[in-house]
Amino acid sequence: MCGIVGFFTKTPVYQPRLGACLSAMLIEMTDRGPDSAGVAVYRNPGRRGGTKLSLFSPVEGYDWSTLGSDLTVHVGHVSSLEVRASHAVLDVAAEFSAVKDWLAAHHPEVRVMSAGTHIEIFKEKGLPGLVAGRFRFDEFAGTHALGHTRMATESAVTTEHSHPFSTGLDLCLVHNGSLSNHNRLRRRLERESIEFQTDNDSEVASGYLTWRLSQGASLDEALEAAIADLDGFYTFAVGTKEGFAVLRDPIACKHAVLAETDDWVAMATEYRSIAVLPGAEDARIWEPAPGRIYSWAHA
Amino acid sequence: MIDLDLSQLNLRSVNERLQATLPGANEQSYRVLHPNGCHALAVGLTQPIEVKVEGHVGFYCAGMNQAASVEVAGHAGPGLAENMMSGEVRISGNASQSAGASGHGGLLVVEGDAASRCGISMKGIDIVVGGSIGHFGAFMAQSGRLVVCGDAGAGLGDSIYEATVFVRGEVEGLGADCVEKEMTPDHLKALAALLGQAGMDAKAASFRRYGSARKLYNFDIDHAGAY
Repeated sequence: MCGIVGFFTKTPVYQPRLGACLSAMLIEMTDRGPDSAGVAVYRNPGRRGGTKLSLFSPVEGYDWSTLGSDLTVHVGHVSSLEVRASHAVLDVAAEFSAVKDWLAAHHPEVRVMSAGTHIEIFKEKGLPGLVAGRFRFDEFAGTHALGHTRMATESAVTTEHSHPFSTGLDLCLVHNGSLSNHNRLRRRLERESIEFQTDNDSEVASGYLTWRLSQGASLDEALEAAIADLDGFYTFAVGTKEGFAVLRDPIACKHAVLAETDDWVAMATEYRSIAVLPGAEDARIWEPAPGRIYSWAHA
Repeated sequence: MIDLDLSQLNLRSVNERLQATLPGANEQSYRVLHPNGCHALAVGLTQPIEVKVEGHVGFYCAGMNQAASVEVAGHAGPGLAENMMSGEVRISGNASQSAGASGHGGLLVVEGDAASRCGISMKGIDIVVGGSIGHFGAFMAQSGRLVVCGDAGAGLGDSIYEATVFVRGEVEGLGADCVEKEMTPDHLKALAALLGQAGMDAKAASFRRYGSARKLYNFDIDHAGAY
């Protein structure tokens, strides 16, 4: 059991309150996922040609400013560095592959949680309310965000096993459910040079999408292919630079609710998380049909 | 009518209040406000009281209902009126999956659509859906009636026992051992009465009837090689 929430602003009205809305939704899903929580937020686009990175270090008081200076000297100019609890968000004037290779060689203790121009990912062990407070989710302004609360069923409770999982530049995945063919699929994807940080099943789904997208598939095509190749039950929410997509498995094992007003679209595992949103009582509410891809994007 | 406001009271105290109503007590009707998708609201009611819920409810609303009449002005999450014994549950919006699951008796009316597995393992309940249902409606349904005024998804009546299914619209596909059956005058009469009881404006003659071909009841020696 886990909880998924997503909030997409159709107009600028709720953009300053994106984090506050998402936090309230996330905390409602505490009893579906008390082990860990995480958020992917799309905000503050970085400079063109540069890379925005969310990095994680388990070391308390990690010296991010030295890492930032070293990156400036060896890889590309770091124009901003913001530390939030165990995570730091940096804008680096370099291609992601160059930053990634340099970090792997010189700072293997640091994990890359997300990369792109808009996305930031923050995730940690602990109750969703505590995690939201630690990262100050309610401060975030932005266009859209996804969140996840995890009740672990098949692999360890660590920061790395938490959701959202990065699936490529500005892409992420949150998952409610469990996959049964993830070990075989992970081996297949590893042969295709997809790297995994954990033994988690959801990370395989994210790696699968990464692989399909790297083969030139559109997000909808990658999700269509996932219906055939992923065995198990799931509700996925996938974050993109422009918006997000929702997919339930074809036999609809896992719940999901969608809601829409003139100003926003929200998705959640349960209606409780939508009830806390401003205007929820007048929202159009429906259950996404199994095996159908729903997506929203800013033009 | 007594108002119980879930923005002021906690769920357990509201359920306890509803469950504790004694036969012959002065107040037999309640209005529940601000449910906000809470789970297991108005469950385990054993007296013929009236409960009106204003707003959307979460999982397992009106579960195990016995004798009470529960009306929801809104949508319901999974497991609506699960294992209902008697009484009536009516919802003005849509119901998520497994509405009326394993219900033994009473009437469940979903005025909107019901999602997958509506009436799964039903054991005598009557379910009337004003809209359409998702896949695997009446899965392993043992007895009772499932009436669908709209369309039915794939796998309707899979492994059905002696329940009866009536569908007015399109059936995407029938599940294992479910077949269309003749609509006799007795069926038409009974269906018309049930539609009337549910307050559905639909003609019984516009429905088709489905039930068990009874081919899965016994082991077939011709299939021995498959095991």
